[in-house]
Amino acid sequence: MKRKQYVMILALIMSLLLIATGCSSGKDAATQDNGNGGTTAADNSKSNGNKTLVFGRGADSVQLDPSKVTDGESMYVTNQIYDTLVRYKQENTEVKPALATDWQTSDDGKVWTFHLRKAVKFHDGTDFNADAVVYNFKRWTKSADFVYYGYMFGASKDNMKGIISDVEAADDYTVKFTLSEPNAPFLQTLAMPPFGIASPTAIKKYGDNYFKHPVGTGPFIFDSWVKDDKITLHKNKEYFGQVADVDKVIFRVIPDNSARFMELQAGTIDVMDGLNPEDMQKVTDDSNLKIVSRPSMNVAYMAMNTSKKGPMSNKKVRQAINMAIDKKKLMSLYQGIGKEAKNPMPPSLWGYNDDVKDYSYNVEEAKKLLAEAGYGDGFTMNLYTMTNPRPYMPQPKLTAEAIQQMLKDVNIKVNIVENDWDTHLAKTEDGEHDAALMGWTGDNGDPDNFLYVLLDKDNAKKGSAGNIAFYKNDQVHDLLKKGQITMDQNDRTEIYKQVQEIVHNDAPWVPIAYTTPPMAVNKKVMDYVPHPTGSEPFNYIKLK
Amino acid sequence: MINYIIRRLLLLIPVFIGVSLLAFSLLRLIPGDPAKSMLGNKATAAQLQSLRLELGLDDPLPVQYKDYMEDVFQGDLGYSIKSHDSVLEEISTRLPATLELSVVALIFAIVIGVLAGIISAVKRNSWFDHVSMTGALFGVSMPIFWLGLMMIWLFSVTLHWLPPSGRLSVGVHLQLITNIYLLDSLLTGNWQAFKDSFEHILMPALALGTIPMAVIARMTRSSMLEVLNQDFIRTAHAKGLAKYLIIFQHALKNAFLPILTVIGSQFGFLLGGAVLTETIFSWPGVGRYVYQSILSRDYPVVQSTILIIAVLFVLINLITDILYKYFDPRIRYD
Repeated sequence: MKRKQYVMILALIMSLLLIATGCSSGKDAATQDNGNGGTTAADNSKSNGNKTLVFGRGADSVQLDPSKVTDGESMYVTNQIYDTLVRYKQENTEVKPALATDWQTSDDGKVWTFHLRKAVKFHDGTDFNADAVVYNFKRWTKSADFVYYGYMFGASKDNMKGIISDVEAADDYTVKFTLSEPNAPFLQTLAMPPFGIASPTAIKKYGDNYFKHPVGTGPFIFDSWVKDDKITLHKNKEYFGQVADVDKVIFRVIPDNSARFMELQAGTIDVMDGLNPEDMQKVTDDSNLKIVSRPSMNVAYMAMNTSKKGPMSNKKVRQAINMAIDKKKLMSLYQGIGKEAKNPMPPSLWGYNDDVKDYSYNVEEAKKLLAEAGYGDGFTMNLYTMTNPRPYMPQPKLTAEAIQQMLKDVNIKVNIVENDWDTHLAKTEDGEHDAALMGWTGDNGDPDNFLYVLLDKDNAKKGSAGNIAFYKNDQVHDLLKKGQITMDQNDRTEIYKQVQEIVHNDAPWVPIAYTTPPMAVNKKVMDYVPHPTGSEPFNYIKLK
Repeated sequence: MINYIIRRLLLLIPVFIGVSLLAFSLLRLIPGDPAKSMLGNKATAAQLQSLRLELGLDDPLPVQYKDYMEDVFQGDLGYSIKSHDSVLEEISTRLPATLELSVVALIFAIVIGVLAGIISAVKRNSWFDHVSMTGALFGVSMPIFWLGLMMIWLFSVTLHWLPPSGRLSVGVHLQLITNIYLLDSLLTGNWQAFKDSFEHILMPALALGTIPMAVIARMTRSSMLEVLNQDFIRTAHAKGLAKYLIIFQHALKNAFLPILTVIGSQFGFLLGGAVLTETIFSWPGVGRYVYQSILSRDYPVVQSTILIIAVLFVLINLITDILYKYFDPRIRYD
């Protein structure tokens, strides 16, 4: 009898295992493919070296086809595997040659000709050439799934191509883009990781499963992917740019910030993203670790709804509110990762106007301005805020409450209206608010991507507003439009500086902060330069 | 017996429909839009609309449910909205990970829990009894989150005895067959991987097993106490049987039914309650996956995974019920 019990318990365990086995439906499973059909949990390293960089992060990539996703975790990995026609410079958002060696624009700014790098091969051994570029761009117009293409180039249901009316191969190594209207940020946009050029052969070979088998030309080659666990890459020894010093890169998913930090302390990972601000001191105290901060490409702000009748439509009131808010105090809510903002775009972008003098905190002056505007006795306003933290605002609720307290001093009574993120977006886009906390993370490092998107009258349409201050200034509009068709960067810089000056004076916003998210790295990792766009290629990193 | 099993298996159908209906409607009750959460706030209104059409989110709810169930009964569990991968494929690595963790946690819980319970019952009111039952009280009220972080801090960061998290060390190779790493390393005779994955599973399994361990220990103690006071035990003593034989052969077997019930229900708890452990120990399992999928409103993933877990739950209950007979032959199923 006793033996029978053991047999039954064993049978129970075995049957559970069988169920589990039944669920794993074969080799081509979500785990990955390493090119030769085998499935391994660890990487199968093709490079002989053993310098491995382990990168710890909070979430897994969604897909390894960057054209179909918007999440930063996917971009982080694809930025290693793919190249774009042009890439961002290592430390800022200016562009430099990558798959294209040089380019020309026609005088009207509508035709862009790119000369491609020769003798570049995709990781699957096929040739990179003009046909491959054309194939990728045509593919992105075939479905609304290609989110960033639609968003950056203005595709719609009736016009899936957006502003790129034609892409053609002039010869094997020349690609010609014809735009339906001039677009000065075009080059900056092409540098975005979603526009990485993929191997047409691999796309055709894998079809719907391509996103699990990424093939590009980048500094690292894809090995394997165990979902929610790790992604392994090895270096591309044939890379046309700087060949990586590290032989292997492993992206590990460690969801909990504290657990990830302990992994770093234990030495099982080399770099960690998403450091808790309260752990920064521990990093400084640890002789093996150091902090590197990512330059900001975002801005947090309070938008005041200028289209609403009443105090918010009055410039003096908005200026007074700017003076009544003590940003220094608000920064304590950022725990050392925030820098006071004075412009609608961060200083890491070219075109930033450092000459703008921020409104200084001055309650008396604010009261005087309010009295001049006829609101000396104060008024009541609502302030919409989101419940969950955002990269540019770690504590939205406390920020709203602090502003509430500060405005009390100038007799403005603030009612806080809290909503979850999706609802908050919908309500503020509809213009329900008097004022709202909001923020923006840039896409392509072009000032147009901040100023036009967030402050132009074109984007102040109820229901889909990026400009939730509903700020409409024709002079600003004309300048921003001019900025879009001016090809010379120096001229554009002047235009955007002027816009920032006007916006500062009209005060549709209280710019609050730019954040610089901290990362912690082991000191054996050298030359790690985080990029403002949120991800950087690892081929410049050195491992001691 | 066979009839009984068939009857129980047929019961799966109403369970299936009930659970699917519940999961389907509950998901749609929480506010949020899968299209929006997938495309983010960068998507244009036109893109959102076309995605909603593609996903059939504009259809009336009964139509959506009918379409979904038709697919399920044809063996198609649907595709993840977020990753575009089939749900079956998505959980093919994650479910084995969770099962592996749960089974090992349960083994810890049973071995330690039953032993502690027996000793406490036999040596009732001794110092061991007091210490282990106080420990069990702490065990049931222990926040896994805190316990997990403390374990990592102590055993990995400070003492460097065990790896902090994950399933396998960087650089250790393992040919995957079932995606249950301990089993796969045994099947391929890869001892290095076995040792490594065992070291990885130790802390999460202990953390996860703490509460079931405490529950089992307390149940074993009270159940054993009841049996030890019965006449046949006294008779066994009078016959001069060895003490260990009395405890394990006679008392434990008779005390085991309620313990078995607890074990069965705790296993279900482990399958569902692993979210925190999986998060702290970076264990790429199904609990965390479902949690993330709920957050991103990935309807097909949540619905289908809940269905699979529900079926597993029913099967575990069935196996528990069948096992009863082996501990108490008087039980009849007909």
